[in-house]
Amino acid sequence: MPGEPTMTSPPAGSIGRSLDGRPRRVLVTGLGSFWGGRVAQALEADPEVEVIVGLDTEEPRVELERTEYVRVDANYSILAKIVRATQVDTIVHTFLVVDPTQMSRRAMHEINVIGTMNLFAAASTPDSTVRNVIVKSATAVYGAGPEDPTWFDEDTPPSQPLKFPVEQSLAQVEGYVHDFAEDNPHVTVALLRFSNVIGSEIVTPLTRALNMPLVPSLFGFDPRFQFVHEDDVIRSILFVLRHHLPGVYNVAGAGLLPWTEVASICGKRTFPLLPYLTSELLWGAKRAGMVDLPPEYLNLLRHGRGVDNRKLTRAGFEYEYTSAQAVEAFIEAVRLRRTVGDAESGYRYERDVEQFFRHSPAVVRDRTGSPVSGGR
Amino acid sequence: MAARRTTAPATAADKAAQPTRSTAPRRKARPVADRPVRPIEADLDLATHSTDLVPLDTPSTLTPHAPDAAIRHGDVDEWGRSEHMRGLARALYDPIYRQWFRAEWEGLDKIPLDGPALLVANHAGAIPADAPVIMHGIESELGRPVYGLADYFFRRVPVVGTMWSRLGGVAAHPDNAYRLLHNQRQLVLVFPEGTKGTSKLMTERYQLRRFGRGGFVEIAMRAGVPVIPIAVVGAEESMPIVARLPSAAKALGIPYLPITANMLALGPLGLVGYFPAKFKLRVLDPVHFNVPANRERYSQSRVMDESERIREHIQDALHDMLRQRKSIWFG
Repeated sequence: MPGEPTMTSPPAGSIGRSLDGRPRRVLVTGLGSFWGGRVAQALEADPEVEVIVGLDTEEPRVELERTEYVRVDANYSILAKIVRATQVDTIVHTFLVVDPTQMSRRAMHEINVIGTMNLFAAASTPDSTVRNVIVKSATAVYGAGPEDPTWFDEDTPPSQPLKFPVEQSLAQVEGYVHDFAEDNPHVTVALLRFSNVIGSEIVTPLTRALNMPLVPSLFGFDPRFQFVHEDDVIRSILFVLRHHLPGVYNVAGAGLLPWTEVASICGKRTFPLLPYLTSELLWGAKRAGMVDLPPEYLNLLRHGRGVDNRKLTRAGFEYEYTSAQAVEAFIEAVRLRRTVGDAESGYRYERDVEQFFRHSPAVVRDRTGSPVSGGR
Repeated sequence: MAARRTTAPATAADKAAQPTRSTAPRRKARPVADRPVRPIEADLDLATHSTDLVPLDTPSTLTPHAPDAAIRHGDVDEWGRSEHMRGLARALYDPIYRQWFRAEWEGLDKIPLDGPALLVANHAGAIPADAPVIMHGIESELGRPVYGLADYFFRRVPVVGTMWSRLGGVAAHPDNAYRLLHNQRQLVLVFPEGTKGTSKLMTERYQLRRFGRGGFVEIAMRAGVPVIPIAVVGAEESMPIVARLPSAAKALGIPYLPITANMLALGPLGLVGYFPAKFKLRVLDPVHFNVPANRERYSQSRVMDESERIREHIQDALHDMLRQRKSIWFG
């Protein structure tokens, strides 16, 4: 960064060193989730990152070369011990559930709210080495309703009380984030609110809807949707880490698209559902496993949501995808999969093998600490 | 109501931060002398008047330079407005505008051909015809879009809410108005009386209601744009309200439920059939506030004073126009 003589600019693609000039030691929560795995993979390639510790209740689903995986329970009760033992300076908190179809309300509460509470408790002990925290939230915290502005900026309050468990749970998490930032002024805390994520890999209720032969919509409503590409999600997390940005940032692609146009870009037609008693009427279809549109998403199909992404772009971030381009990338990946099948690596975490590659003196490692024989 | 926050003044960086917006090609302003001064009689001759779908200058991400222009399938902008739909509506509405209401403008040259302004008008009629007439008039006479701010109520209603949005309606949120005016330099139309204006009885016609809490003045100040008042005569008589059914309206969850003279005269057809009242619209002098833009707060007394002054200007203009009006139907 210009004007900061004490720091040399980190190499391209690197998140750079911590503010006191040491290589980073990073803790990634939710390593087994889509985001945790992707973030850890990106960090592994970064020579400025000395140690990556990943927490999850489940084993990682992507191949990782030097990330240390620690199995924890859902609400992270042994976290303080891990933070102390590993002396991490950076926490990337991706383990927040934003998709209500994944689990029960209670399980979501445990992970989101209690997990975050314990994470912050561990990070704010007097001898804590943590100096940088980044939390992955979602634009669901703005709710969606008829009185919304077209664009929410980071300070716009929801225009009505939040009705849905996911929204409420994320709002509570954000409350803890604000408290933590206030109580720990020496820690750089960033809260990223991601819009509807779409891309070549991620599966969400919206991508499932867009994969149906007819895309469900609500009769008489054609709200505008905003999307962010999964690559831009990872890039924005790395960008915020690299620049030590504090504060709240919306992360969303430029432009809003009517839902019918989203479907049309995907080469689909919409199937209008009755806009009243929709959940009740869908009960049968849901039981049959044909459609799984939780009430939050039915609400989104009624009102849509747009968030202002200019705060992050003003800080220098450049999106690779607009909303429309993100949808296009999604459907291109779907078409490719339809032809060549799923390119899944078939990776399975084998504890002994992983331990061998990480810790055996027999393995020759490169500058980042990854085994040199690595295929990547 | 969400309190506005300080918004950083638009700097070069701000503009650069939204390339898709700042690259919007602005239409060149023609000098006033070059503008066709069209006597309204000429408009009645539809043979010479083109109702072709004239492409208007569209804001926001919908520019040929937008990175995703080739992917987009439609032309719905971020506000939900579609120039294509608007063009169809103009073609359909033109006969109503020119032959049913025979709308006649005075001082249209006070509305800029380029650059932002907040248009403020009186509001009347059970289903107010003034909004489409003003929007249609300005779009077809000046060739630039008008975004109409309206009550959130519309957004709850299936079909109607979507149509309203495609035709240039925007929910009246202060952030929406600010962004349209300050960042996108558009014309925005607002009726500060809101439903208090449209729900008044025939006996109260042309008596302006309270102009809200002066929110429109505050938005114009913050956006740094002038307010251009417009006095409209004719809307009151196009669908006058004889009585209101407040408890039925409450039960239905709508702002008001009127019994109009149109219903009494035409039966169910009166729900959509307007009386052919002659529309006259007078554009008053633009009001500049000479206060710095982008402040978080403005003096509330100043805001209320300006709001009241604008209200009086429109009220005076209405009285003047009514003094000159010989007939409700022929002007």
